Amino acid sequence: MTLLLASFAPPYWLSTLIKVIVISAVVPTTALILGMVFLFKIMSWMQSRLGPQEAGPRGTLQLLADGVKFLQKEDIAPNGADLWVFKVAPLVVLMSTLLLYVALPASMHLVVADLDVGVFFVLAIASLSVIGVLMAGWSSASKYSLMGALRAAGQLIAYELPMVLAVIGVVIQAGTMSLNGIVLAQNDGSIFGWGGIGFPYILTQFLGFFIFIAAVQAELTQPPFDMPVAESEIVSGYQVEYTGFRFLIFFLAEFATAFAFAAIAAVLFLGGWAVPWLPTESDWYYVLGPIVLFAKVMIVSFIIFWVRFTYPRFREDQLQSLAWKVLIPLALVNIVVTAVLKVVL
Amino acid sequence: MTAVSDPQSVAALVAEANDNRVNLDFETEGMTLNMGPQHPATHGTLRIIARLDGEQVISAEPMCGYMHRGYEKLTEVRTYPQINALINRIDWLGSFANEVPFILAAEKLMDVEAPPRAQWIRTILFEMSRVANISLFLGDFGLQLGGMTAGFYAFRDREWVLNQIESATGGRFHPNFDRIGGLKDDLPKGWIEESHTAMDKLLAFCDEMEDLLVGNEIFQGRTRGIGVIPAEIALSYGLSGANLRASGVDWDLRRDNCPPGLVYDKADWKVWTHPDGDCFARTWVRLQETREAAKIVKQLLDTIPSGPVMAKVPRIIKVPAGEAYVATENPLGEMGYYVVSKGDLVPFRVKIRSASFNNISVLPWVARGAYVPDLISILGSLYFILGDIDR
Repeated sequence: MTLLLASFAPPYWLSTLIKVIVISAVVPTTALILGMVFLFKIMSWMQSRLGPQEAGPRGTLQLLADGVKFLQKEDIAPNGADLWVFKVAPLVVLMSTLLLYVALPASMHLVVADLDVGVFFVLAIASLSVIGVLMAGWSSASKYSLMGALRAAGQLIAYELPMVLAVIGVVIQAGTMSLNGIVLAQNDGSIFGWGGIGFPYILTQFLGFFIFIAAVQAELTQPPFDMPVAESEIVSGYQVEYTGFRFLIFFLAEFATAFAFAAIAAVLFLGGWAVPWLPTESDWYYVLGPIVLFAKVMIVSFIIFWVRFTYPRFREDQLQSLAWKVLIPLALVNIVVTAVLKVVL
Repeated sequence: MTAVSDPQSVAALVAEANDNRVNLDFETEGMTLNMGPQHPATHGTLRIIARLDGEQVISAEPMCGYMHRGYEKLTEVRTYPQINALINRIDWLGSFANEVPFILAAEKLMDVEAPPRAQWIRTILFEMSRVANISLFLGDFGLQLGGMTAGFYAFRDREWVLNQIESATGGRFHPNFDRIGGLKDDLPKGWIEESHTAMDKLLAFCDEMEDLLVGNEIFQGRTRGIGVIPAEIALSYGLSGANLRASGVDWDLRRDNCPPGLVYDKADWKVWTHPDGDCFARTWVRLQETREAAKIVKQLLDTIPSGPVMAKVPRIIKVPAGEAYVATENPLGEMGYYVVSKGDLVPFRVKIRSASFNNISVLPWVARGAYVPDLISILGSLYFILGDIDR
């Protein structure tokens, strides 16, 4: 089968069709998996609850049931809403999520578009979702929505820069901005001449990993940085007026983005789809690559969600001072040290 | 808002208002945010009219009365035992504590005293309801600051206390167990040992909360220096309970002015105060108070005397004419009943002094200049129960 996949060279229209279908199938699936595993089950266990029990074996189909419930709901828009913007906003958020998946490599060739500037593309596209959030907040004609959207936009100023700066260390070390190139550089590298497990960059870029995860947490608007959707303050912020499938789209986008960022972290710092002792040219990666990547994504997601379920929420200005006074200087130090060592060694 | 009439005060207010205007060119019209009556942070139906400039609160005014149930009027057409069932619903998280001051006031008018065993059990149940109430506060405050897990832990461990209250009184939330002259029943078999276990669990819960929440840097960043209430302001607004002690005022009715019928002097415990007066101080004082309450319960369980639990009182209770005010240190603060009797089956008038009504009155003062997230911290740390505000 691996050989079959390797020799599979469809015409352009067919490959495009396949890519579209795969992306539109993968995005909801990943959101379902993260929502089910972390939001429902692991969160419940951390909080000494049982979680969903009834729908499907051990409640595994609960999210599907919820999705069907959302689809049945009436599509309500507030009276003063700017209807067109209000309806498009969730799609803008979802679009940014879909585009994220375009550059994610699941193996050497299992990637929709192997961009030379993959890192740059991914980070740029991720910020697009804020436009959708602003649209949602502005058009909802609700004060809570507006405050949430403005908080999200303000938050962008705080987390975007540390995130980019944290990744620069990896880019310097790998010498490429292609996500596949970074995976190859990690797998082909060696630690003091010993190439047993390759050279996952978390070993040297642990500071960058920490900053990246903190910034991802803010990007995903998860606690401790969930000010834009703070339930106890501004009642879920920009989502407050959305019901039914439009809310479902926000939900899907949130968790699919979480999966995508966990995948990016896995690619940048944990060696991506490659495993040690199996050369990256192997055809086995057509099957093995997605599985390996998924396993690493689950590890990173666990960290992200563990923090989410444990910590209280920052205040918006505290996030700003954390980002500008702590994360950015640390990231700059990381870049300088990495660059110097790269030249010296 | 109080009306200001003398020219000096008006001038001072105008000067203060002008002082607050930083840059007239960039000044925007404020936004009025209606928090509540349906808002998650007001746990109930409190409405706060907040005038905002961006996210900064210019003024916040609590509007109460959305859940007014007319208890003071209802008491005039209920007999004393019926009132007992009614006032359970004032502070619904620590219900037993609501009954005690009213019963004590009636006992004072009738000049009866409960037997020692009943006094002991009363004090134990009183402190248990305090533990049940404040342990939920700790979790709920965490929930309001975004730490979901603390809330679930609080609900989980509060169950230990509620189980004990239920097995003794038959009601988890509304015991209706206190009677004029004693208690309805004696304790069930094995209750004392189980209560020891439950209190140990709650002490462990307090340690866990200290680890998870109170010691957390983000939590401290959200609460330290936020919503500072100086001692003189706290006293002038009539704050009581932990809110007052967190402002550094060493005041506790259990120790200073304990009405006869409660046996706090038989246990060795401490009144905790905190000098800061901010949200963190209020949380910390409550955390310590939960521990002290659990310790009081454990000590009283060991020294509980034997004997009857009911004094000799007539079957049909007629309270002699007279007036009495009895206040106790309830979980939320000072709770008192001013009972006026004309010698009938029903009281002529009952004035209920509940703690939350006064505690929330300081909100306009303390919320000025805070940010919206801080408003939530302040609301959460002032800790009110809607039934206790509106009655």
